[in-house]
Amino acid sequence: MTELAHFGGATLVVAVQLVVVVAGGLLLLGVMRKTRSRLEGRVGPPVRQPLLDVVKLMSKQRVRPSSASQVFVAGPVVLVATALFVAGTGPLVTSDPPLSKSTDFFAVVFILLLGSVALALAALDTGTPFAGMGASRAMTIGALTEPALLVAVLALSVPAHTSNLPALVREGLSDPQVIASPGRILALCAFVVVIIAETGRLPVDNPSTHLELTMIHEAMVLEYSGPDLALVTVGESTRLALLLGLLVNLFVPWGIASGRGAVELAFGSAALAAKVGAAAIAIATFEVFTAKLRLFRLPELLAGAFVLGLLGVVTALVVR
Amino acid sequence: MSFRSGVRAVLRPGRVTEAAAPRPDVALVQARPGAAQRGSVQVRHVDAGSCNGCEMEVVSAFGPVYDAERFGARLVASPRHADVLLVTGPVTKNMARPLVTTYDAMPEPRLVVALGDCARDCGVFRGAYGVEGAVSDVLPVAVHVPGCPPSPDVIVDALRSLTGR
Amino acid sequence: MNGSVLVVELALGVVAAAAGGLCPEGMRLRLAAGLTIAACAVAAAAAAVVLGTGHGVAVHSAGILPLTGASLDLAPPSSVFVATTAVVAIAACVYWPGYARHDLSSRTVSAVIPAFVTSMLVVVEAGDAVTFLVAWELMAASSLVLVLAEQQRREQTRSAAQWYAVMTSAGAGAIVLAMVLVCAHVGTVSFDAIAAVAARPGDAGRLPGGTRDVVLVLALLGFGSKAGMVPVHVWLPKAHPEAPSPASALMSGAMVNLGIYGLVLVADRLVGGAPSWWWTAVVAFGAVSALYGALQASAASDLKRLLAYSTTDNMGLVLVAVGLSGLLATAHEQAVAILALVAALLLVVNHAAFKGCLFLSVGSIQVATGTRDLDSLGGLARRMPVTALLFGVGALSVAAVPPLNGFVGEWLLFESLLHALEASGAVVGVVVTVAVAALALTGGLSATAFVKAIGIGLLGRPRSTGAATAHEVSRSMQIGAGLLAVACVVLGMAPMLVVPSLERAAASLVGGGRPQVLSGGVDIAVAGMEGVLAPLWIAVGLALLGAGTVAARSVVRQRRPASRAADAWACGRELQTARMQYTATSFAEPLERVFDDVLRPDHDLAVSHTAESRYFVDRVVYHSAVADVVERVLYRPAIEAVRWWGSRARMLQNGSVHRYLSYALVALLVVLVVLA
Repeated sequence: MTELAHFGGATLVVAVQLVVVVAGGLLLLGVMRKTRSRLEGRVGPPVRQPLLDVVKLMSKQRVRPSSASQVFVAGPVVLVATALFVAGTGPLVTSDPPLSKSTDFFAVVFILLLGSVALALAALDTGTPFAGMGASRAMTIGALTEPALLVAVLALSVPAHTSNLPALVREGLSDPQVIASPGRILALCAFVVVIIAETGRLPVDNPSTHLELTMIHEAMVLEYSGPDLALVTVGESTRLALLLGLLVNLFVPWGIASGRGAVELAFGSAALAAKVGAAAIAIATFEVFTAKLRLFRLPELLAGAFVLGLLGVVTALVVR
Repeated sequence: MSFRSGVRAVLRPGRVTEAAAPRPDVALVQARPGAAQRGSVQVRHVDAGSCNGCEMEVVSAFGPVYDAERFGARLVASPRHADVLLVTGPVTKNMARPLVTTYDAMPEPRLVVALGDCARDCGVFRGAYGVEGAVSDVLPVAVHVPGCPPSPDVIVDALRSLTGR
Repeated sequence: MNGSVLVVELALGVVAAAAGGLCPEGMRLRLAAGLTIAACAVAAAAAAVVLGTGHGVAVHSAGILPLTGASLDLAPPSSVFVATTAVVAIAACVYWPGYARHDLSSRTVSAVIPAFVTSMLVVVEAGDAVTFLVAWELMAASSLVLVLAEQQRREQTRSAAQWYAVMTSAGAGAIVLAMVLVCAHVGTVSFDAIAAVAARPGDAGRLPGGTRDVVLVLALLGFGSKAGMVPVHVWLPKAHPEAPSPASALMSGAMVNLGIYGLVLVADRLVGGAPSWWWTAVVAFGAVSALYGALQASAASDLKRLLAYSTTDNMGLVLVAVGLSGLLATAHEQAVAILALVAALLLVVNHAAFKGCLFLSVGSIQVATGTRDLDSLGGLARRMPVTALLFGVGALSVAAVPPLNGFVGEWLLFESLLHALEASGAVVGVVVTVAVAALALTGGLSATAFVKAIGIGLLGRPRSTGAATAHEVSRSMQIGAGLLAVACVVLGMAPMLVVPSLERAAASLVGGGRPQVLSGGVDIAVAGMEGVLAPLWIAVGLALLGAGTVAARSVVRQRRPASRAADAWACGRELQTARMQYTATSFAEPLERVFDDVLRPDHDLAVSHTAESRYFVDRVVYHSAVADVVERVLYRPAIEAVRWWGSRARMLQNGSVHRYLSYALVALLVVLVVLA
């Protein structure tokens, strides 16, 4: 009986996290657009607009290039599946998600890499020059953000003696002094830069540009339509939401649920929504005051993040 | 411009958008399956040979004063992402095939909006040597927006008739 | 099971070589391949038993080699390498008959491939220095013959073989010298005897410090060259591509591992433990190799050259892990040293699986399209779906994408770095931090390289007629590559099938007790660390969510107009040809620009104008090449210097008999004076 209850509790957590992160991700896009619009002096689309866009896309026709193989159709599916996997098993709403023993931070990084690789391959499958350009730029930036991300993860893992993600969050909850440690703060800076680069926000990439030669992520999805485009949108917004969720839970963990009860989950969801919303508004505000960096200035930015992360590792070692 | 003066420049004007007019008559659009009528319309703009007067009005329509985005319309880069093809200018000989290609690339259900007098009946360019015809000679047009150029609030009304908001 | 199983294996290998050399055309290939497979099956089975029970087997024969006899010895550490070599060889031999239908059925190759495989097995199983060196030379000679096998088709094969011959001889010379120094000091050639002397506590019988350092440096250069360590790697990107694909798979999947094996053999068993400066050097060279290999791979547009540089990259990671293990052992952190060595061995096993699979699939691609230049490929996923799938599995494994085996190896390496960081003092900390930085950089770069290989080579539209007219290859070629692809998937989802054996092997090398470091059935748990890695759950979870996503996508299908296929959106252009797609060169261009200080690409742009007017362009020719920087900076000047001295020395030979007689007179006088 307890087994069944355990399984039921786990399913509830997964379901709650998936709903919160997926729906929340789309609303997050809406919040960011609304923030930008307000700062630009206009009203802007309603916060629920991305949800309406996705629902509409589900009933549009699917058009695929005649020369493409199965990879083109599989790309969005893999992107969404990897994002959902991390959203369902990561410490977002609660610090005790299902499979929490095996939610390793390195594993999360590589699972998200799988999603990016799938999208890049699907772009190359279209056989168009702009998609190839998008894939090339996205993989180059990915190659330069991986080091920063991995050393930042290591900087967090060294003081905690583990790379298990829920354990890292719980450590922050139980010992607030850890959060203020210099190694962790340096890792935070590296993380912020990495998240901006991975999710394609300014100053790395302009998500609302129409000029193909300035696109990085957008160029890879120019060929998608209908439900495929809906999947891509959901995948990208879920990635943004879960990356921001992990960021806030690692550095501002208070509010996260510590069990699997329904009431706790409700409070945890509200706390997550508030924290991630605040982070999103901060990013959107920053975007208003920033111009897009020239493509070949990005390595400098990402190298800076890498050095910060490396300093975080060294600091974590020395200040023990 | 220093950072502080930049911040002040952004924050001082506040909201400049004009208040929304009452919702226009939705019967402007002929009855057809209602994907776009769910409050979300993505628009792909093609200049088939216009003088750019209409383009400036479109830019203004999506700008802070008229703000068409608050009614659910959004400009997109690829016709594969679009529901509505917004065509300006008469269809010149060189742009006839690209225009048809763009329309063919759009997934169904799809609509064409002909913006301006030139798009409706070639306007001042009727009979010119480079002009193939009006947009309706080349594509099935759902909405004509009259004017030379049409003012931004007329453009916003046309978009509202598509989004239903 | 006793030592006679090793004799059986050796005998089968010799008979295979003889059959390949002597039998008539119809049966020679299949006989040679079949007997080699039998020999490898025996070897793999013996290795599995040794790893399972933990007891080794040995056999000695005084007759086979003069003066010292030959001895074979299979212990847990060498069993890992034997098993790896055997599995790769089995796959390559299954693949070989199908490949040979297109070119390779000559007598020489049929005799040499079994000889190559057998000599590799004997190198690992060698129980004394003479057997080891004889087998090493035989391996080098047979691989050289294989590199030259297709020289009729390409002109750069001869130059590649020259580089290979010189460097492998130099490496072998270093190894011979190192072995001679050790054996001369101890007085015997048997590895067991030498290891016993070296393991004695205190300094009794140990090598004097200077000799030990020389031996270690020679071993690093010689074995490092075989493993593809920078800066002695320059033969690898030349020779591996030129060999026929089954031989390339054997060279990259099995032969480079022997460099690692030799290093560990010398440092751990023969010398009885190296000083920390040497292990630090191993880590440093490994990190540089990993970085350099990954960079060159991401800039390469020749498929096999890309794979060869990726071998340098992966072997660099293995060297980092091995060096780290040694450093930790000298700092008396046995548990973490074992963890690092297990990571190294797992990386070796994984590399054999995915690199072998990749080289065999590239061979299929080369046979089907006639080219291995990525800039001329494309669209193969639709024309050759099975080969494309196998290549994709191999490439995604190298890119360390879950749930395949490369990911598990990288994870284990990160965990060992994490534990090493916590474990010890300043020196180790600095070294490990540098290793972490290098490892982090190479992961992203190799992912880019293999996304390029898959995306440009297999996807999109064909960029040449060769690619447009490709057909799927024969069944045996598919099965050969498929065996290794299946290994990649199985090792990725159930790594605990091999990890306990690797731990046993690592523990016997590191010594000092046997704390159990890794445990778990379906998932991998590291002792002392909260949390595990569960690759099977990841695979299951991703599959379920993928299925759910596909179901969700079809949810309102009735309300949607029917799907259609159309030409890709060409931005309104009239024409969008396959030539307008991105090529491998253009895909790599941003990375090349970012790292142009390291890669130093050559760009040449020649614009010729029409005769009538300078304002109209007639032709534009753009040439871009990324040469090996180490070769250009280190080797070319050395070769030029040698050439210069040679041309100077030619003045001694002016053809006059009188002068030659006077040379002889002077030489005789000098000898008499010296002797007196």
